Amino acid sequence: MKRSTLGRALVLPTTAALAFGLVACGSANEESGSGGVTINGAGASSQEAAQNAWRTGFLENNDGTINYDPVGSGGGREQFTTGGVEFAGSDAYLDDEEVKAAQERCGEGGFVEIPAYVSPVALITNIEGVDSLKLKPGTIAKIFNQKITKWNDPEIAESNPNVDLPDTTIVPVNRADESGTTENFVEYLKAAAPEQWPHEVSGNWPVDGGEAAQGTSGVVQAVKNGSGTIGYADASRAGDLTTVEVGVGDEFVQYSPEAASAVLDVSERVEGRGEHSFAFDLARDTTESGTYPIVLVSYLLACSNYDNADKATMVKDYLNYVVSAEGQKVAAEQAGSAPISDDLRSKVQPAIESIGSSNSGS
Amino acid sequence: MASTTEAPPRKNRVPRRPGDRIFAGVSTGSGVLILVALAGVAVFLVTEAWPALTASAEEIPGGEGLVLYIWPLLFGTLISAVLALVIAVPLAVAIALFITHYAPRSIARALGYIIDLLAAVPSIIFGLWGMNVLAPITVDPASWLSEHLGWIPFFAGPPSSTGRTMFVAILVLAVMVLPIITAVVREAFMQTPQLHQEAALAIGATRWEMIRMAALPFGRSSIIGASMLGLGRALGETMAVAMVLSASGGVSLNLISSDNPPTIAANIALQFPESSGIAINTLIASGLVLFAITLAVNMIARAVINRRKDFDGAN
Amino acid sequence: MSTSLTTPEQDPDLNAPLGGVSLTAGQLPRGAAPATLVAAGLAGLLLWLLADWAIVPCALLAAAAYVVIVYTWSRAVEGPRKATDRFVTAAVSGAFLLALLPLVSVIVTVVSRGVVRFDAEFFSYSMVGVSGEGGGIYHAMMGTLIITGLAALISVPIGMLTAIYLVEYGRGKLAKAITFFVDVMTGIPSIVAGLFAYALFVMIFGPGVRMGFAGAVALSVLMIPTVVRSTEEMLKLVPNELREASYALAVPKWRTIVKVVLPTALAGIATGVTLAIARVIGETAPLLVTAGLTDGDNFDPFEGRMTTLSVFSYYEYQSPGLFAEAAYDRAWGAALVLMIIVMVLNLVARAISKLFAPKTR
Repeated sequence: MKRSTLGRALVLPTTAALAFGLVACGSANEESGSGGVTINGAGASSQEAAQNAWRTGFLENNDGTINYDPVGSGGGREQFTTGGVEFAGSDAYLDDEEVKAAQERCGEGGFVEIPAYVSPVALITNIEGVDSLKLKPGTIAKIFNQKITKWNDPEIAESNPNVDLPDTTIVPVNRADESGTTENFVEYLKAAAPEQWPHEVSGNWPVDGGEAAQGTSGVVQAVKNGSGTIGYADASRAGDLTTVEVGVGDEFVQYSPEAASAVLDVSERVEGRGEHSFAFDLARDTTESGTYPIVLVSYLLACSNYDNADKATMVKDYLNYVVSAEGQKVAAEQAGSAPISDDLRSKVQPAIESIGSSNSGS
Repeated sequence: MASTTEAPPRKNRVPRRPGDRIFAGVSTGSGVLILVALAGVAVFLVTEAWPALTASAEEIPGGEGLVLYIWPLLFGTLISAVLALVIAVPLAVAIALFITHYAPRSIARALGYIIDLLAAVPSIIFGLWGMNVLAPITVDPASWLSEHLGWIPFFAGPPSSTGRTMFVAILVLAVMVLPIITAVVREAFMQTPQLHQEAALAIGATRWEMIRMAALPFGRSSIIGASMLGLGRALGETMAVAMVLSASGGVSLNLISSDNPPTIAANIALQFPESSGIAINTLIASGLVLFAITLAVNMIARAVINRRKDFDGAN
Repeated sequence: MSTSLTTPEQDPDLNAPLGGVSLTAGQLPRGAAPATLVAAGLAGLLLWLLADWAIVPCALLAAAAYVVIVYTWSRAVEGPRKATDRFVTAAVSGAFLLALLPLVSVIVTVVSRGVVRFDAEFFSYSMVGVSGEGGGIYHAMMGTLIITGLAALISVPIGMLTAIYLVEYGRGKLAKAITFFVDVMTGIPSIVAGLFAYALFVMIFGPGVRMGFAGAVALSVLMIPTVVRSTEEMLKLVPNELREASYALAVPKWRTIVKVVLPTALAGIATGVTLAIARVIGETAPLLVTAGLTDGDNFDPFEGRMTTLSVFSYYEYQSPGLFAEAAYDRAWGAALVLMIIVMVLNLVARAISKLFAPKTR
């Protein structure tokens, strides 16, 4: 009797499982048994849209499966160094400890670290009646440090002689979550306006009392829904919000892909991390004409040497596609990133070519 | 074998049947399995939190030590969950009463169904709804409140211009736990013995008096139990709070500004993805604190329920 | 139930004062309450349309006016007991309507935004080879059903048996300990459950492991306490008289539980289990660290990544790329499908409890 009642209790899950088992014949757009190699990646969520574009573009001409878990840069780096994934995405380059761990994981040949995803960070505003705004680095720092609290402050008016600025309160919107975007933005403020920005650089927003929102989507929504708001977000998501022209040297620069990737070309490569590591300390305080210094640079991490030859080939082909002109173009089209320059491409390609397997026998 | 006197005849007890033994064994086993699983979680948590507990103050994010890091989180968690429950419990009891005792049967069934359905709405939806629908509506009332009732610390202002305030987070939490509490309380009211209700009516009680005499005492333990379920969800709610709340400040009673303390669970969700090293240990330590609160709350609830245990049911 | 409250036809004799004392109390005229309600509603409507007030204060004012009028009127005519009854009726109904507002608003939002993508492609495609517009959620639907089904398969038997142990057998230290620790379990933040499951599976399978089953284990950690608590509540509500009657007929304890106690509480338990499933089916964080994210189909919970609807929905919203509208539509559509799945589960649970519950009335 006990069995029968238990049996009854199991009727639902069992029938359900059976039903789904019968329905489970695959989705319409997937060829069954396409096989191929599977490589897994994990890391920065900023790259997810770009990874999606790359994956789609790459698999059009190649067999196999590529997965990318947007668990965050920290998680990605950890899973990479413990050998959990074949490649990782990270908004920051590896720190010294992680470099050691990565070298240990990858063994001979070391690890590959390339800046594959460059995204300008736009300052987005929603102020009634204002559809263009120019701000100097010092002013930006003061606004986000809540030292300037009204939009018609003389310091803002000085840079915007032709704009009718309202007498409304400035609501600075920042990321509530720890993020690479915040880190890059704060790094910019610290470098470009050290006097007006007294806070330490970290992925956490250091100033209390502003409006805080989760993720890029959250910041964009908050800026859109509020009034007198200003926030920082990946430029691809700015939509129809007003974006600020940022003061660089004596001119004001509107963000553009070219201006953003130009920063990488004037930045210095960090030395002593192995020949395949292309980590850059960005020149945030550049006065070079035509550069837009607020950018997020996100890295791809891989090993030079994998145990499995098929996976090694797959990673190599995939990374080659990612940095290729075509790969950078699809990311720009789908994720709004800034394509890396040909110069940088030619520098990183040898690192990717080094990827192989000690077991391949060749 | 010391004495040879005949052993006293055993009392004629009910024989333990094998079926009984098996069933008791299996159900005890499940209980023990839960204990084992929880021991696993506990070991995991403590080992992960340990580095943060023993770390020096400067290493903890914020640089002021673990206690000062967790305190605003704890405050935010408690104030949001408790106020959400203060709003949700009376409403949930009212809904359950309406469905079981006031609404016509056919309508009641449909209503109960809708409420159950809402318990299933994933928290990200409540987050999106709170952010895009509820928050903008509250901007004007909030500025009215701060203008006219600003002397109450809750409404001190300055009001947020986006509406993503603690007040909205509390409302969203209340809406989220409402279906859960309602569903359980409704079941309890349904189980109220028909005889008790009819007896009350027969001695001339009005409907409210019948509810007060028969339904409410019967459902009391369930109301408390359901509230605790709801409180558990409100305390641990992650995504909805993370999306709705502008968590940028420290401890403050002010409900309508954009300067709010975050909650523990939301803070874990916000900071975890990009964290590494000691920061992760710190987050898990804050998870331990959430553990402790839930535990305390549940113990209190158990104590309250147990005082009334003798009322009916299995004892 | 309450319908027995309606007053019978008035006998004219009883209305005649008997030694100056009326045998029946006064009564509001039939239809007095509805009429007051309509009048209050109209007044509110007028204020809103003509005096140009905001709609919320108007509605509140109308409701307050109705309550005050009916209460005072009833108190004057029918006495305080009746008046209180009417007051409570108004308050309960009012609270009900008030609570329904946000709930209806949520449903309307989800349905109106989600229905945009309800086309054949959405239900038959996965996201393989899709970037930008189009694409579907077939893989995520299957992932949700498999992972949640497994989680239910683990949690429901364990949770129910534990509740039975606590209510029917549990005495002494072990029962106390289990009660205590089940309570502790309700306080586990969902991400911690996910990390725990991940750590457990890393111990078994090595680093970087991702599988649907690990997600199911993480969800079980969250689901078991809910099942235990709600089943326990329902078992406690089964009157002791039923158990005693069964024992008196020399039915063994386990058969009493299986044949008497469980069926009596079945409707409540079914609701509890549905609620528990609902609690976990929308989880994101624990699934991302255990089951991962993938574009394509995977029907094997013991091998490889598996996407669920909530994870899919969250990441479509979180990182939509340049085609934000298409991604948002997918996110809302996935959320609506999730709701519909739970609705169907709910229906099935109800049908089952109806089928097996004893006929009591």
